[in-house]
Formats: sequence, C-alpha cells, structure tokens
Amino acid sequence: MGIVKAADVVYEYIRRDEEGNVEGITTAVDKVSLDIAQGEFVAILGHNGSGKSTLAKQINAILNPTEGTIWVDGMDTSEEDKVWEIRQTAGMVFQNPDNQIIGQVVEEDVGFGPENMGVPTKEIWERVEESLRAVGMYAFRKYSPNKLSGGQKQRVSIAGVLAMHPKCIVLDEPTAMLDPSGRKEVIRAVRGLNQVEGVTVILITHYMEEIIHADRVYVMDQGKIAMQGTPKEIFSQVEKLKKLRLDVPQVTMLAYELKRRGLALPDGILTAEELADELQKLRA
Amino acid sequence: MSIILDHVNYIYGQDTPLAVAALRDVCLQIPDGQFVGIIGHTGSGKSTLAQHLNGLLRATSGHIYFDGEDIYGKDYDMKKLRSRVGLVFQYPEHQLFEVDVFSDVCFGPKNLGLERREVELRAYEALRKVGLPDELFYQSPFDLSGGQKRRAAIAGVLAMKPEVLILDEPTAGLDPRGRDEILRQIKKLQTESGMTIFLVSHSMEDVAEYVDRIIVMNRGSVLFDDVPGEVFRHYKELEDVGLAAPQVTYILHLLKERGLDVDVDATTIGEAAETVLHALGR
Repeated sequence: MGIVKAADVVYEYIRRDEEGNVEGITTAVDKVSLDIAQGEFVAILGHNGSGKSTLAKQINAILNPTEGTIWVDGMDTSEEDKVWEIRQTAGMVFQNPDNQIIGQVVEEDVGFGPENMGVPTKEIWERVEESLRAVGMYAFRKYSPNKLSGGQKQRVSIAGVLAMHPKCIVLDEPTAMLDPSGRKEVIRAVRGLNQVEGVTVILITHYMEEIIHADRVYVMDQGKIAMQGTPKEIFSQVEKLKKLRLDVPQVTMLAYELKRRGLALPDGILTAEELADELQKLRA
Repeated sequence: MSIILDHVNYIYGQDTPLAVAALRDVCLQIPDGQFVGIIGHTGSGKSTLAQHLNGLLRATSGHIYFDGEDIYGKDYDMKKLRSRVGLVFQYPEHQLFEVDVFSDVCFGPKNLGLERREVELRAYEALRKVGLPDELFYQSPFDLSGGQKRRAAIAGVLAMKPEVLILDEPTAGLDPRGRDEILRQIKKLQTESGMTIFLVSHSMEDVAEYVDRIIVMNRGSVLFDDVPGEVFRHYKELEDVGLAAPQVTYILHLLKERGLDVDVDATTIGEAAETVLHALGR
C-alpha cells in the first residue's frame, strides 16, 4: 500500500433548504480509487467543481468519505482517534496564504505546528530552521508575514507544514493568487521538497505548465477520474483536455497547432527544448 | 470615455511614520474603447491605480480627467463617475448576497434610483452579455459554479451601464475554459459596446492574447506602456521586477538562438505558429 490509497471513495454533499429539509444530493466524488507511492509527485487537474478539492480534503481528514475508504500511511482516515496523526502525516496548503498564517513573526508561525504536537523546544527551533531553509525563506525568519510578497507567504505556509515532518503534502491551488515570480518560487520550493527531502507531493492546479515534471497526472471530471498517465501521455490529448475544460502548456499548444498545419511533430511536447530539437530534425 | 492621468501621486498614510508612496508621478492617456492590460508584481501599485480610476481613492497630488473634466473639480459629480466607471474587485463572487441571481444583478441599478422596468431590463441585458443561461437567473447565486458566480458578479457591475470597466484579476482560480470564456465575453464588450476596459492580471498569456496595450507598473511608477509585442521584448527587465513574458516569448527566443529565423515579438500561439512556419519556408 502506498502513502495515500483510496478505494471506491464517494463523497456526497447534502443540500438543505432553510428549514433543514433535504433538497438534493450532490455527488462530488464518485467512486475514486487511487494509490500514491511514497516519494511520488502527483498532479490532480480538473475544472471548477470536478471534485478535486473535495478529494484532497479527504486525504487530510477534513472531510470523511460517505462511502469507501482512504488510508494515509496505512491509517483509515475515518478513525477519529487517528485524525491528528493523519494530519501530521499528510499536511495541507491552501490557495490563500493570508488565511493560513497566524504568527506575528515568520519563525513563530512555522513553529506553531510542532509546538502543538508537543515537540521539545530545542527541536522546534531545529525544525523551524530546516523548514525555512528548505523553502528558501530562512533569511526572512525575523520578518513580520505582513511584509512578505504572496509567493513568500505561501512558502512560509509550506514551511509551516514541513516543520511537522509530514510524509506527504497536499497543495490545493497554491499559486492561484500569485504573480509570475511568486508562482515560480513556490513551484521550485515544492519540487525541491519532493526531490531533495523525498516528501510525497499532491499538487492541484489550474496552471498546466506547473506539472510537466510530475510523475503522474490524474484528471478529474464529475467526481470521477477521467484520465491518468504521465504528463506526456495526458498532454498528448489536446482535444480531450479541452473538452474537460482544461488546457495544455503553451509549448504543447504551439506544437499541436504546427502539427495541425502540416509539420511532422510528435504529440505531447512539453518543453521549448523538445520543440527546438524536433524542428531541427525537420530542417535537416 | 477618454481618460487622462496627469502626474498622479498617491501616498498611503500620508503625514504618518508609515507613509508609503503607492503611485509616483503616473501620467497616462487612455483613448475611448481601448482594452488595456495592467501588469505588475504584488504591491506594484496596480490595484491602487485601478481604484483611482473610479474615484475610490483620491490622488495625493496630480489630476485625473474624464472626457476633459477634472474629477477633483469642485462641481464634479463623483457619484455619477462611479456609475460610469465599473470596478470588478478580485473574487467578486464574495460580494454576491441576494436570494437569487437576478435580484443580485438588480441591486446596483435599483440603487441608481431607476424605475423597476428599467432596472429589470438592465439586469436581463447584463446577464445575457456575460453569457449566463436563463435557467440560472432564479437560482441562488451560491448554487452556481465558480465561473458562473464570477459572471453573475460581473453582470452586477455591467447593469450599471458603465462606460469604463475595470477588472481586478477576473480569472484567478478559474479553470482554463472558465478563464477563456470570461475573457472572450470581456473582449466582446469592447468590440461590440465600445467600452474602455482595464484588465489587471497576473497571467502574461491572457494579457498577450486579449489586450491592445499593456501598462507595466513597478514600485508605483509606469515602467513600460506599449503594445504587447513591444512590452514583452523587455522580458529580461520584466523578470527583474517579478514578472515574466508569455511562455511563447521564451519558446521563440530559444528557437531563434538555435538558428531558426523567427520573429520573437509574436506573443500569441497563433502568431508564433505563423512565424515558425514562415521561418521554415512553409
């Protein structure tokens, strides 16, 4: 069993009117099964309302499946006495950094998690230092979070999760509110955690170019997993992605457009270098 | 409605120890019906600039003219200005509050003191303009999808019949299709109704695709002000101020380095495909 495993997970939202009568049921996640290995970098794509955030919140036991089971590091997320252990194993980072930072000073904010876990003071400081270094924010440890840019705040949020020594980190659109350099900083930090620290990463995003280095991509639609594969396999299917309200990275789109207009190019080109190499072949 | 900003400065917390200059000597001239993109990193002054355009913030010094009239003039009707310049904030769906979508869109024009018939007519037109289907009109705004909510909120501003529309990151958090749909509707407002539009955005690709002109803000000043092709030619300087060029620009620069004679000023996929085919002699 991997670090995160889901078996036939269903999640239903019950809509009620003002008197509390049931108006209807929305199935946000519909029989999803997946198995994510320790150390993997997994991306989840899907349009607004496809169920990806609902799925993510179940990994962290914020929501519990209506049917089916999710295991985090072998622990069933519906067992109430395991909740804290599950949240320490699978940490979560959300879209808006301003809703996640509580400390008046960066290092205090990052120390909040381990302090609540009862980690001895000396070790808290060690964890704070290593976490801030891992996301490249150590130089800002004495700053007030208010003085940081969006990308910097988001990296502090990630460090806060990291200080709890999770095996897995789930990021739900962490770059949606950031400017281009903030986006780049956050994605670089996340890739570093995965490659250097070996933390399992589950990244939900609407920016297609952020996931070209993922090991595996799941695409959700109507609560189900509609596609899965490597980024190359997924982004080779431009038409299908567009139907699912998604997109491909610009370089993939350009190659697709050139192919449509008669150039002999392969599907699923993900980087400018690849495109340059392929065009070179055509000129030879 | 033509707009002129003449040496506009704005200082937050003036005369306090915390004073910060958010706009520095901004001079701009925006003709009628232009689609203008405003880009800049977090804290560069984009939103402060946007809030000056409808009088929500008052410049510390300098002048702003709408159709030649000084909006800080003694007799200028600021309330009227706000109905002529519509401002759509970030995450506008957080401001939806009525029991159904239609009533929510009616709220603005109702407050203008218009007759009920006119109010409803405007709400109907505005909802059509943003492409929201009729069957959603009497649903609770909270039951809509993210993209639909966003469009309902934009309709609320359009129902005021503004001549200028300012949108602060209208596509943040939307899926790619939702993003394209909203931007296409906005473009249509410009081409069909001749509205002047300001799009504040963090997405260089979106800006490159849709706008006529880009204003780059940095530390409260205008760093560049030109057509997309020209602005993104300075991609190195843009990176220095926390921005970037669209991915297409980087692709074309690499192809050029590798000996393909492409035009690096192309900023959209369509333009890039053209220049690549041309360079290959196809």
